[in-house]
Amino acid sequence: MNIRKAGVAPRTFMLLLMIYLLLPLLATGLYAFAQDWQNTLLPRSWTLSWFRGMFQDIRFLEALWTSLYLCIISVLLSLAVMLPAVFVITVYFPRWESFMKGIVVLPYAVPGVVAAVGLIRAYSSGPFDISGTAYLLVGAYFVVILPYMYQGIRNSLLSVSAVELLNAAELLGARRRSAFVNVILPNIWPGVMVSALLSFSVLFGEFVLTNMLVGGHIQTIQVYLFRRVGESGHLASAIAISYFVFILLLSAVLMKLGMKIKGQAK
Amino acid sequence: MKQRQRGLILALAPFVLMVLAFQVVPVFSMLTGSFRHADGAGFTLDNYRHALSSAYYLQAIKNSLLISVFSSLIGLAVGLVCAYCITRFAPAVRDRLLMLSNMTSNFAGVPLAFAYIILLGNNGVFTLLFKQWGWNVFDGFNLYSWSGLILVYVYFQIPLALLLLYPAFYGIREQWREAAALLGAGSWQFWKTVGLPVLSPAIFGTLGILFANAMGAYATAYALVGGNYNLLAVRIGSLVAGDVVTQPQMGSTLAVLLALSTLLAVFLNQRMVRRMEGFGGRSPARRERSSGLFRRRWPAVREEAGQ
Repeated sequence: MNIRKAGVAPRTFMLLLMIYLLLPLLATGLYAFAQDWQNTLLPRSWTLSWFRGMFQDIRFLEALWTSLYLCIISVLLSLAVMLPAVFVITVYFPRWESFMKGIVVLPYAVPGVVAAVGLIRAYSSGPFDISGTAYLLVGAYFVVILPYMYQGIRNSLLSVSAVELLNAAELLGARRRSAFVNVILPNIWPGVMVSALLSFSVLFGEFVLTNMLVGGHIQTIQVYLFRRVGESGHLASAIAISYFVFILLLSAVLMKLGMKIKGQAK
Repeated sequence: MKQRQRGLILALAPFVLMVLAFQVVPVFSMLTGSFRHADGAGFTLDNYRHALSSAYYLQAIKNSLLISVFSSLIGLAVGLVCAYCITRFAPAVRDRLLMLSNMTSNFAGVPLAFAYIILLGNNGVFTLLFKQWGWNVFDGFNLYSWSGLILVYVYFQIPLALLLLYPAFYGIREQWREAAALLGAGSWQFWKTVGLPVLSPAIFGTLGILFANAMGAYATAYALVGGNYNLLAVRIGSLVAGDVVTQPQMGSTLAVLLALSTLLAVFLNQRMVRRMEGFGGRSPARRERSSGLFRRRWPAVREEAGQ
């Protein structure tokens, strides 16, 4: 790896890019702390009252709670469904993998609006009338995080050479189920945690499906934010910034975990 | 042996069930819905005929296509320049820059639209400030219109373009440059005859992803202009989940049209990434595996294509 010194042009371009990318964030941050910001470059006086208001707003806390438990339930459900399925496919039916990948990649190519249309049509009448309920949303969330979960679990399985591990365990007399639970699972756990956290953060930022499927009945943090935008800009900034900081913290944890896994692999 | 089979099937059953219920059935329902009369009965092509002849829906399609093409092209151009610049930095700085752009790519949807409203909306900080200072750079600029939408779309396209493009620049080996220089090629000639042709699959592939990304973007547009700007995604949203009158059949038809365009764009990306492999060496997809735990939106598409 040769260390180059960047010239003037690249430096200027990157500086401009970073200003451009960080400016909206910065402004939102300032706005969340600003008391009086009318016609000066920087706010005249600062306050924490918007944050206080945020934590005193019972609807905000409810929305936060709703978001948290919906996302956690969806991720747990996805783990429970995907772990055995990806394991079985990768180890016993590798021929089906390309088919599986096709299914799993689809959510990338199909925008949320389109997915919501199908879900609303399929479940707003007939034998399964679950429109507007958390069940429908959890199902939709399951599909949203399919690619992340699949990719994460599969990569972990491949990187610990699950097939060889399993063969060794079975050779030593372990039954398949106990081999899976005692040998494979502990080995792939760090990788699986990363995909689970990543999925969680994706779901936490989800707005389209949530608003279209259950917006009238269930308020997640994003739906709540959307509703508040028109009311108080300062309060909404405080919420947006807190949300962003939360996602950043989550990313930092993810990064740490990722590096740890990489370190182990070496 | 039989028990073995049963165990395997039992492990797969929940997955199959979930995919059927929340992926296959909805897609099927959307497809059949698009061929139903407004009252939900019978088979008809009327919806498609209507969607492709009504001035209103045509305008929505046109607006969406225009905004997607423009924002993708701008995003691509900026992304290309910045991706090249990023390769000129030392690894430590480069990683930090990438991390920052990655971080901002989380800043999308409602919070992003919101930040722009604070900055440049009717009572935005900059709007008021510039008015105060007597600058009229923003005269005639309206955040809640075409120009505002483009501005906000470009914001979320640039980091994505950058993150998708920069690995491709590593496919261009330093030796090629040296070889070209030895043979007497100038820098411009090198890029024209070697660099750009090698990059072109990545460029077109990225364009596909950016286009699909913009076509499907709903949250940002909805939070910014509500139903006031005629975009395909917004139109679909109000047709199936609006507060006034819903027309699920028509919504399904438009959704099918939208899905066709994004599927096509993602397909283009896959083809192009596969061609990128043809150049051998380090493909974007393969680099991804080592550096890309963080790629948010499109990792699997690219890994899939990297097969």
